[in-house]
Amino acid sequence: MIINHPILGPRDSQEFVYLGSAELMNRPDGMTTGVEAFHNWLYNRDNPAGEHRELWYHEQGDRSWLVVTRNTVTHEIRSVELARDVAKAMGRTK
Amino acid sequence: MADTLHALTALGQAAPQTHQVGPYRIEERFDVALASVAIRKGRAADVTRAAQAAGIPLPEAARFAAGNPYSAFWVAPEMWFVEAPFATHEDIVAAVKPLFGDAASITEQTDAWVRFDLSAPDLGPLMERLCNVDFATAPDGFATRTVIEHIGCYLIRHTAGAVTLYGARSSAKSLLHCLEVTAAAVI
Repeated sequence: MIINHPILGPRDSQEFVYLGSAELMNRPDGMTTGVEAFHNWLYNRDNPAGEHRELWYHEQGDRSWLVVTRNTVTHEIRSVELARDVAKAMGRTK
Repeated sequence: MADTLHALTALGQAAPQTHQVGPYRIEERFDVALASVAIRKGRAADVTRAAQAAGIPLPEAARFAAGNPYSAFWVAPEMWFVEAPFATHEDIVAAVKPLFGDAASITEQTDAWVRFDLSAPDLGPLMERLCNVDFATAPDGFATRTVIEHIGCYLIRHTAGAVTLYGARSSAKSLLHCLEVTAAAVI
């Protein structure tokens, strides 16, 4: 599998480490949103057959975090973005 | 007391070593000072301006740029490693930090790494066995981080016959062993 790194171009997926759903970026504030929301973020994962947004880490490269949109059935990768850009687009400062 | 204290190279010797395996020459370099330069948040323009004024190249992603006295290669978004001659820039942080002020974070890297310069008429057969970099199609001046023998390394392709490797200093002997064994297997 080849991941098209937004900066470095196509790189072998063995250079990357998989973390999981990109929803992990949206950690709720455990002090204000309540224990249920935090528990859901921490323990519950969807397991979709189809399109899935995932966090990948370029461990053997420039060590950037990527958000990879991948079809879990066909392994087709539809888009690859820097996680930093995704976070900024959501209005985050870092 | 000063006469009794002598710096050792990464391989634990008093002087850097050179190994020749067939056409492949592996030269340990002990004369380059190294520092990382990382742009602080929102200060990219300041860093670019300061680097231009000081003659420090800040190359594009996955590139190396040579200069005098400073050369540099890209390691991550908004971060570079800067090289300078050890003889004149032993304390490279003291030299570089005032140039950027509080716009960049500078970290001494010299003694964290072992540097090997590889040379041969064609390093392709060796490099393609060592790592997954597409050495044959990579342009001159290509710089990337890669893994050789489970050791994270920076690889700079100067030409098809000249490569610089930076590997973890604590794994210097393991990296050299891997280079020698692989070179011997190729010839």
